Amino acid sequence: MKQTATTKTSYHIPVGPIHPALKEPVYFEFEIDGERIIDVNVKLGHIHRGVEWASRKRNPIQVLYLAERICGICSYCHPAAFSLAVEAAADIQVPERAEYLRVIQGELERICSHILWAGVAAHEIGFDTVLYFTWQIREKALDLTEYLTGNRITKGIMTIGGIRRDITKDMLPRIKRDLQFFKDNFEKLRHIFLDDKTIKMRSQGAGILTKKDALKLCAVGPTTRASGVKKDVRVDTSYFAYGDLDIDYITPDVLTGNINGDVYDRIIQRLLEVKQSIDLVEQCIDEMPAGEIVSEPKIPKLMNQLKKVNGEGVGRHEAPRGEVIHYVKFNGQTENPYTWKVRAPTYNNILPWIPMLKGEQIADIPIVAASTDPCMSCTNRVAIVNNNSKYELTKEQLHKMSVEKTRRFMK
Amino acid sequence: MAKGLTKSFKRALWVYHCNSGSCNGCDIEIIAALCPRYDVERFGIRLVGTPRHADVLLVTGPVTRQMEDKVKRVYAQMPDPKAVICVGNCGNTGDVFYESYNLVGPVNKILPVDVHVIGCPPRPEAIINAVAKAWVKLETLEAKK
Repeated sequence: MKQTATTKTSYHIPVGPIHPALKEPVYFEFEIDGERIIDVNVKLGHIHRGVEWASRKRNPIQVLYLAERICGICSYCHPAAFSLAVEAAADIQVPERAEYLRVIQGELERICSHILWAGVAAHEIGFDTVLYFTWQIREKALDLTEYLTGNRITKGIMTIGGIRRDITKDMLPRIKRDLQFFKDNFEKLRHIFLDDKTIKMRSQGAGILTKKDALKLCAVGPTTRASGVKKDVRVDTSYFAYGDLDIDYITPDVLTGNINGDVYDRIIQRLLEVKQSIDLVEQCIDEMPAGEIVSEPKIPKLMNQLKKVNGEGVGRHEAPRGEVIHYVKFNGQTENPYTWKVRAPTYNNILPWIPMLKGEQIADIPIVAASTDPCMSCTNRVAIVNNNSKYELTKEQLHKMSVEKTRRFMK
Repeated sequence: MAKGLTKSFKRALWVYHCNSGSCNGCDIEIIAALCPRYDVERFGIRLVGTPRHADVLLVTGPVTRQMEDKVKRVYAQMPDPKAVICVGNCGNTGDVFYESYNLVGPVNKILPVDVHVIGCPPRPEAIINAVAKAWVKLETLEAKK
């Protein structure tokens, strides 16, 4: 860490590295002048578990379970992208019904993830009632996930060439009932987030990411769409059954009429996406054709087929946080992948923090950082370093500062 | 025990959660245990923001090389008597990451683990059960005094 300050009055605040994030745990270094943030520096790599390296010792089915454990919140999108990559490399045709089932699982994950995020964002500005409210809704989403897949978090539902569990006719009433529950509560959430004075004051004009910066820094997912960039893998390169479904880009101007790219827009963006996901699941249930759910149910036969593959494939999937890309290469000699490369969406969404945070106040760090959905919550430690004499700011104090700022606005 | 404190005061365990390289799966289940469905706060169990206030340390994840000293430091900062709960398969055995070059775990190589919770991730009920078991340990330590 560089200790030299550029001006006499500026401080350096390291944030991290105890950080509950996914593949990219973060160490941030803020340069501040009083309350204003002048510069931000990012360092990655504390929770490196050698996932990609481990894949070279395992066969593709085993790698699916490894991919699932890259991130607990995105436990569907990584195996999905990996399957897409393997299917591209081995030229496997997926049955049509499986494609629809895959969409249903993907959209359920999006509903879970966005509702979770809404709670975290509310917590960051000191609105804990909403955190508990949203997590109560999320439990319902997890119940539905458990009903459909057998698990709450790591679902183990994806397989190469299809999906592992079917949705039968007798399951439909329960799914429809739960979707109706989400719709009813969605209205409540919309009212809380879009009409509440406190949330508006804290989020409007905070952490602005301009369209130009979003394009330049390759932001992905809701973060970039909230800045008005129309980028969504589901629409751009149709995969699974998205091509058959009625889906279009969502940007916050659908609701408000203009795009500011601030935290408020990112809240609107995610709420609109929850609504879109509910709609997509409903479409899938209505249009799902009958048929097989996996192209090759016998795993040894599939392994034999994959062993002969000599080639590479790329899988792209729109995860809740943005585009996830998996690249796989087989050399035709072993059944294990020769190379496997993962690019998770938060990797892209870390750099936009820099333009977002520049010029903001320290109390805004939690909500601005959370607005890109990297789970900046939990255990971060902040130390303020001032000419070798150190004092530390814990995550709690940082949170307290954020809550105090909300109170100041309320007065 | 100080005068005026009820017996239940000692049973209200405060928990500090330390992520040593986990995938987030266990972490969100821990938060889920605190939220309305499971609501452990009715038992007096709550997450605290600093190890210095905690009775119980929840460790999730296989310990990566970079996090080893940080986990040790967190444990050292906790006041006695203390208990360590290792949540999730990868902290207990390494699970899918078992052979990775960047791991120094499992957790019991670094910290004395009292309760192992298995599952990937374990359900919130299992985590609550583990905290109750840690309470038994702390009570035994108290009785020995």
